[in-house]
Amino acid sequence: MNFLILSLIKAAIVAFVLMTTLAYLQWIERKVIAHIQLRVGPRRVGPHGLLQPLADVIKLLTKEDLLPSHVNKVFYFLAPFIAVFFALIAISVIPFGTEINIGSFHTEMQLTDLNIGVLFILGLSGMGVYGVALAGWASNNKYALLGGLRSSAQMISYELPMAMAIAAPLLMLNTLSFRQLVDAQGGYSFGFIPHWTIFQGPFPQIISFLLFLVAAFAETNRVPFDLPEAENELVAGFHTEYSSMKFASFFMAEYANMVTVSCVATLLFLGGWQPLWPAQYGSNFVPTAVFIAGGLLCLYHGMNPARPFDRITLPIAGIVFIAVGAAFLAPIIGPILLPLFWFASKAGVILFLYIWVRGTLPRFRYDQLMRFAWTFMFPVAVANLFLTGLLVALT
Amino acid sequence: MDAILFLIFAGIAVICGLNLVLQKHPISSALSLVGVMGSLAVLYLLLGGEFISMAQLIVYAGAIMVLFIFVIMLLNAGTERPSRRRLWAQYAGVPLLAAMLAIAFYIIQRALPPSPGVHFGAFQHGNPFDIGIKLFENYVLPFEVTSLLILIAIIGAIVLARKEIN
Repeated sequence: MNFLILSLIKAAIVAFVLMTTLAYLQWIERKVIAHIQLRVGPRRVGPHGLLQPLADVIKLLTKEDLLPSHVNKVFYFLAPFIAVFFALIAISVIPFGTEINIGSFHTEMQLTDLNIGVLFILGLSGMGVYGVALAGWASNNKYALLGGLRSSAQMISYELPMAMAIAAPLLMLNTLSFRQLVDAQGGYSFGFIPHWTIFQGPFPQIISFLLFLVAAFAETNRVPFDLPEAENELVAGFHTEYSSMKFASFFMAEYANMVTVSCVATLLFLGGWQPLWPAQYGSNFVPTAVFIAGGLLCLYHGMNPARPFDRITLPIAGIVFIAVGAAFLAPIIGPILLPLFWFASKAGVILFLYIWVRGTLPRFRYDQLMRFAWTFMFPVAVANLFLTGLLVALT
Repeated sequence: MDAILFLIFAGIAVICGLNLVLQKHPISSALSLVGVMGSLAVLYLLLGGEFISMAQLIVYAGAIMVLFIFVIMLLNAGTERPSRRRLWAQYAGVPLLAAMLAIAFYIIQRALPPSPGVHFGAFQHGNPFDIGIKLFENYVLPFEVTSLLILIAIIGAIVLARKEIN
């Protein structure tokens, strides 16, 4: 097939899936945090509030777009564009699974496989700072300016331990292309321990994984490092003066960054789409079992409905789940869906961790944040990199 | 395709470079510089310097320019005031600049050996692997000496910036 048409189709699919994920990630976040705080969360729009993201999008699109006086117009309009552009473009180098082979048709489940993919992601994350910093400055508002300043200082500080945490597993895997990174993590030691970098010898990368996660929380301005938008000090931080779709762009950029960082952590440390245990012990049947169990649970609750409409919605959901579970066993679709399932579940676990942390941890103070980066994370990252390099050189 | 991309990004680089000088506000100038650095990274990529291109993006466009903008925002630097220029400086400036550029161009062209011209994608050794081998085998001494120089500069900056303790 023509390269251009194929790329366009793949880009359209990835963009659609990414946008849906971003919208529903917010729904999941609201639900999970609600349950952590013993509330029920959104449930008015659609069953269990499932149409809430759609309603939010319509609300944001139709709201009045206020333009405050005394803003620097060029940069005020440019900032949300920069933020969302660099956040969304990062997904183009992330591989989601192995290759698709249907007859003579062959393509990879990835938009483009750069041989410098890891560096590309690092470069983009560095450029993303401009969106936040410019938004803070152009708004001509002291709270927004403070938010922008905090964010740029924080992102510069945490980029260093993050880059060093990324460098350590790269020493072991010896490549910068994400696809080759995952391929290098295939296989099992002793027949059952996967060769993911957090388990792999000579030096399991658990420390780098934790460092990367902490730095990633700071890079994406999430709790407990969300100083740039600390509500109790700075109103809403760098996006105080933004409304309507411009505000939504910052929102989208934040969630897109979360998705990218989770994908990178999955690919670098958790073996991408490599299953948790070998196929000869039945790892290929895990998704089928999970989905059919979920479907049966829905059907059971549909038999004993707690609310009147559950009699209709839950059996439908149950049948859909069982159908998806059966699709994993189908001859052509199964091998395509299987790596996707493992990749999505690992990235999903990290995304859930993000939400979980937001529900449980309080915010850092600004001096604590800086001291933590420079006096704890940086030395630990250097020591970890040194030890990894030494052990890789010795073996 | 390569030639079109080259023209687009070379154009952006030149426009951003001019903008850097012409803008009155420091933030606008700094952002134009980011534009120059970013389009330079794309030009390196077109020439096959993959690692250099990404290093340009991470180090210059990403880290150094963020620091510039951070400092400009922190000091809250205002719009630059035009100094009172002499009349002859206003009119003779542009022709003199053009003459100087022409002379510089002529001298550089005379001094350099004739080159066979640049071919996009002809250079194959710009990946991190080849650069690493070159740096740590052929050029290990200059590389280490440079890192020592940077270390000295960092220590110097700290000594200059720390508070006086009586």
